Amino acid sequence: MPEIRNYTMNFGPQHPAAHGVLRLVLELDGEVIERADPHIGLLHRATEKLAESKPFNQSVPYMDRLDYVSMMCNEHAYVMAVEKLLGIEAPIRAQYIRVMFDEITRILNHLMWIGAHGLDIGAMTMFLYAFREREDLMDCYESVSGARMHAAYYRPGGVYRDLPTVMPQYQPSRWRNQKEVDRINGDRQGSLLDFIERFTERFPKCVDEYETLLTDNRIWKQRTVGIGVVSPEQAMQLGFSGPMLRGSGIAWDLRKKQPYEVYDKVDFDIPIGVNGDCYDRYLVRMEEMRQSNRIIKQCIDWLRANSGPVMLGEHKITPPKREAMKGDMEALIHHFKLFSEGYCIPAGEVYSAVEHPKGEFGIYLVSDGANKPYRLKIRAPGFPHLAAMDAMARGHMLADVVAIIGTMDIVFGEIDR
Amino acid sequence: MADTQTLLTQLQERFASELLNAELALAEVTLEVPANQILTVCQALRDEFQFEELIDLCGIDYLEYGQADWETSSRATNTGFSRGVDKAVYREDQEKPRFAVVYHLLSIQHNQRVRVRAFTEGELPRIDSVISIWAAANWFEREAFDMYGILFDGHPDLRRLLTDYGFIGHPFRKDFPLIGEVEMRYDPEKGRVVYQPVSIDPRVLVPRVIRHDNRYTKASEAQ
Repeated sequence: MPEIRNYTMNFGPQHPAAHGVLRLVLELDGEVIERADPHIGLLHRATEKLAESKPFNQSVPYMDRLDYVSMMCNEHAYVMAVEKLLGIEAPIRAQYIRVMFDEITRILNHLMWIGAHGLDIGAMTMFLYAFREREDLMDCYESVSGARMHAAYYRPGGVYRDLPTVMPQYQPSRWRNQKEVDRINGDRQGSLLDFIERFTERFPKCVDEYETLLTDNRIWKQRTVGIGVVSPEQAMQLGFSGPMLRGSGIAWDLRKKQPYEVYDKVDFDIPIGVNGDCYDRYLVRMEEMRQSNRIIKQCIDWLRANSGPVMLGEHKITPPKREAMKGDMEALIHHFKLFSEGYCIPAGEVYSAVEHPKGEFGIYLVSDGANKPYRLKIRAPGFPHLAAMDAMARGHMLADVVAIIGTMDIVFGEIDR
Repeated sequence: MADTQTLLTQLQERFASELLNAELALAEVTLEVPANQILTVCQALRDEFQFEELIDLCGIDYLEYGQADWETSSRATNTGFSRGVDKAVYREDQEKPRFAVVYHLLSIQHNQRVRVRAFTEGELPRIDSVISIWAAANWFEREAFDMYGILFDGHPDLRRLLTDYGFIGHPFRKDFPLIGEVEMRYDPEKGRVVYQPVSIDPRVLVPRVIRHDNRYTKASEAQ
């Protein structure tokens, strides 16, 4: 009788369902996973070490590039860490803007996730639907910071500038005729807040559309129900956070439990799952999008009614106005010092965490009193999730690995750092 | 968040014999324990204080802690900053051991956080692995080994995690240059990718300075 041996298979690093550069070494018995060994680090850029060689304010754009589908949430954890060590607090308007953009980012991230997750396990249409809405949210990013993705909008001491009163308009081109441009620009006639408000009005219907396509879809349920089941105890053992933890039925959300900025002043609910499988995590994330929409609406109402500064006037930490620099010597000196040497932060250490769309995103910052961080550790939510790949995939079929990668919401920018 | 002061007092009472230091700063509790006690302390933290989740584990290299670039040599004034700095002068004996492992724990039940730090010494720093207490420690410890060369006793699979296959050195150590040791290029003669020593010079764009601004020092102490 011939010897029967397990089959070892390489999945990735160049595989469309690997969500970037994941090399997965799978040991298979027939089509059943015996062992999964993810090899990561193909996108490792040593962000933590680079940050050690730069003044504090120059590391903000690095944060965008960690989890490159939820840019502003990464910045948020970092600027919060710097602010905590300095003992300063952003103005209240800046806090509302941050909360609003955190939630816009959450929707951006979840849309990317549902599109890619759907594409991976056979729901091709989802991708097109999700990207239609993503485009509008990217425009919000662009109008506020000038960049569609890597915004660098949150700064220690506030946000870089106030919300614009006009939205940029589309121009006719070879790909868009005048009629189509008029249609797209229809929503963009007022301020940014008007545009976001119109988005929040139509977005719940969009989520309904996605749910019509997936929630009761027989194929979708066959691919996700009972796949990658994680018990609550196991989820805590494995260091899960965010939707991965809530999908297993633990009501844990930093926005509620350890509120930062103005999350204690807005009203929203935390969805949790029951079975801890891919389907429950899907339902949790869909509901989170609706809740984010609710938070955005409340922020819009507040921001319309209240004006004020969005950045601290403390020019040792925040840059002075451009006009002030033209006539005021002190403003010019502040600007020069801030963008050359930066500012020194008192010695100490701090861990600041935000409820990132993927889970708990934390920044552990150690300062020895210098103008650069002594040590910056980025606690990426996807890192322990991917580490649990072996525990989640063992005993499943090869095709389920793709569903499990999808449900983890893997982005390599943050895992490899 | 639950009261951190009460937590600190409770922890001080429970670990009276183990603790080297315990402090409350910026509303965060930090415990310092000797490396050989880490397993017992962590086990008790999980079982008696319900710290069910290991949120983060990382290494720190304290080699250059509190040292600045700027005042290193008077030549800097005449010759420009980059020539005035000499990395070799940094080697000084510090009182504390060089490496530390920092654990961030979270109690979902009590909504509390705690930070545990253990210092380890030697060219091959060693500490017990906490993988038996929290399974999440697996990759975090592999990363700390990869980046700092800290050996975790009892870890079943201590391989490199983030660096390239066949990588030499521990890149996050403070004496590892930012630009690295080797660079990679395609060699048309050999018909493959080859490694060679880096051809660019290390350069510091912004010097590291330590200044004391009383406004912020007071602000952070007051909290």
